[in-house]
Amino acid sequence: MSEILNNSGLFLALLGAAFATFMAGIGSAIGVGKAGVAAAGVLSEQPDLFGKVLIFQLLPATQGIYGLLVGFLILSNVGLLGGVEEVSLLKGSLYFAASLPIAFAGFYSAIHQSKCSVAGIGTVVKKPDQMGKALILPAMVETYAILALLISILAVNGINGIQV
Amino acid sequence: MQQNDYTYAVARIRFKETKLLSDADLDALLSAKDTDAVMRLLHDKGWGDGTSHTSDELFSMEEEKLWSFVSECIDDLSVLDFLRVPNDYHNLKVAIKCITRDIEPNGLFLSDSVSDAEAVYEAIKNRDYNALPEYLRDAAKEAMTTLLQTSDGQLCDIIVDKACMEHVYRLGKESENDIIRLYCELFVASADIKIAVRCAKTKKKIGFIRRAMASCDSLDIDKLSSAAAEGYDAILSYLASTDYRSAIDAINTSMSAFEKWCDDDMTAVLKPQKWEPFGIGPIVAYIIARQNEIKAVRMILAGKVSDISENTIKERLRSMYV
Repeated sequence: MSEILNNSGLFLALLGAAFATFMAGIGSAIGVGKAGVAAAGVLSEQPDLFGKVLIFQLLPATQGIYGLLVGFLILSNVGLLGGVEEVSLLKGSLYFAASLPIAFAGFYSAIHQSKCSVAGIGTVVKKPDQMGKALILPAMVETYAILALLISILAVNGINGIQV
Repeated sequence: MQQNDYTYAVARIRFKETKLLSDADLDALLSAKDTDAVMRLLHDKGWGDGTSHTSDELFSMEEEKLWSFVSECIDDLSVLDFLRVPNDYHNLKVAIKCITRDIEPNGLFLSDSVSDAEAVYEAIKNRDYNALPEYLRDAAKEAMTTLLQTSDGQLCDIIVDKACMEHVYRLGKESENDIIRLYCELFVASADIKIAVRCAKTKKKIGFIRRAMASCDSLDIDKLSSAAAEGYDAILSYLASTDYRSAIDAINTSMSAFEKWCDDDMTAVLKPQKWEPFGIGPIVAYIIARQNEIKAVRMILAGKVSDISENTIKERLRSMYV
C-alpha cells in the first residue's frame, strides 16, 4: 500500500505533464487545422497570398508549444529525464494542479484563436493592406494562453522549491 | 465544434466577393454606348470564357459557373435545394406544356435543378409519374390531368407554382439557418402578394385566389385572399397591418417595382454575411448576390437593346451586395 502511495506522486506529476501537453496540443491541432482549411480555400483562388495566410494558420500553434514547455518542466523537475527522484503524493498532486492552467486555457484559446484567424484570413483576402490589423485581433486571444503559461511555469518552479 | 461550418467554402467566397459587380461597375455598364461595349466590359470583369457569344449564352454560362463553383466548395448541395427546386417546378411546367402541345422543349429547360429535366420530361411523356421524384409526383399528376381536362394553362401553372411555394417553404422550415428561413418566408410571401395583386386586377374569384396561394407565417392568406377578391385597395389596407407595409409604395408603382423591393429587402438582410466567417449564410448570400448581379446585367443589356434611357434602367436595378 505504501509503495502505491509513494509512486502515486510520480504518476500524478506525469499525468500533469501529459495533460498539459495533450490538452494544449489538441487545441492547437484543431486550431491549426481549422485555419488551414480556410487558408487552403484562399490559396485555391489566390495562391500569392500563401505567406500571409500561413502566419494566420500558425497563430493557434503556439498553445501546443506552451503545453509542451510546461510538460517538459514537470518531467525535468521530477527527474523523469534523468535521475528519478522520489515524489510525494502531495507534490505530485501539486504538479498536476500546476498543469491545469495551460492545459485548459491552451485548449480553449487555440480553438477560439483559430476562429479569429479564419476571420482574419477573410479580411486579408479582401484587403491585403490590412494584414497588420487583421493579425492583431487573433493575437489578442494569445494573451490568455500566455497568462496561463506564466502561472503554470511559476507554479511548477515554486513546487520544485518546497519540501513536502 | 460544429462539424461542417463551411470554413473552406466561405474562404473561397471571400475572394469571389471581391469580383462581384459593385454599384460603380453597374454605372459603368449603364454608361456604355451599346451592347457590344457592355459585353466588352463584362469580359474584362471575367464574365464568359473569353470567346464571343450572345448575351443569353453569357448568362447561362455565368449561372453554370456559379453552380459549378458552389458544388466544388460544398460536398452536399441538398442544403441549397431551396434555391434549386424552383427550377425543377419550372421544368415540370415546361415538360407538361410541351407534351400537351406536342412541341420539343429545346432550350426551355433550366439547368441547376435538383432533378434532371430530361428525366422529368420522359416520365411525363410516358405518364410514368412514379419515375418522377416524390416531391414532383402529385403536382405533375394534378397539373397534367387539369390541363388535359380543362385546357386551362393558368390553372396548370397555379397548381405547379403552389406546389413549388409549399416545397420551398417546407425546406425553409426544416432549415436551422436564419437566412434560409427568412429567404423562404420572403419567397412565399412575395409570391402570395403578387398573386393577390394580379388576381385583384383581373377580378378573379376567391376560390381561384385561395387555390393559388400558399401559407406562410408573415401573412394570413385567408385575409389576403379575401382582400384580393374585394379589390386592390383592400389588399393595400391589409398589407398595411403586416410586415410588408413598407412595400406598399412599390406595389402601387408596379409589379416590377415590388420585385425590386423584395430583392433589395433580401440584399439588406444578407449584407452582414459579408463579415460572417462560418456557416452556410455567406454561401447563400453569395449565390443570391450573383443571381441578382446576372439579373441586373440582363436588365442593362435588355435596356440597351430597347434603347431605354439610363435613368429608367437604373430605377429598376437592384441594390448590389458589395
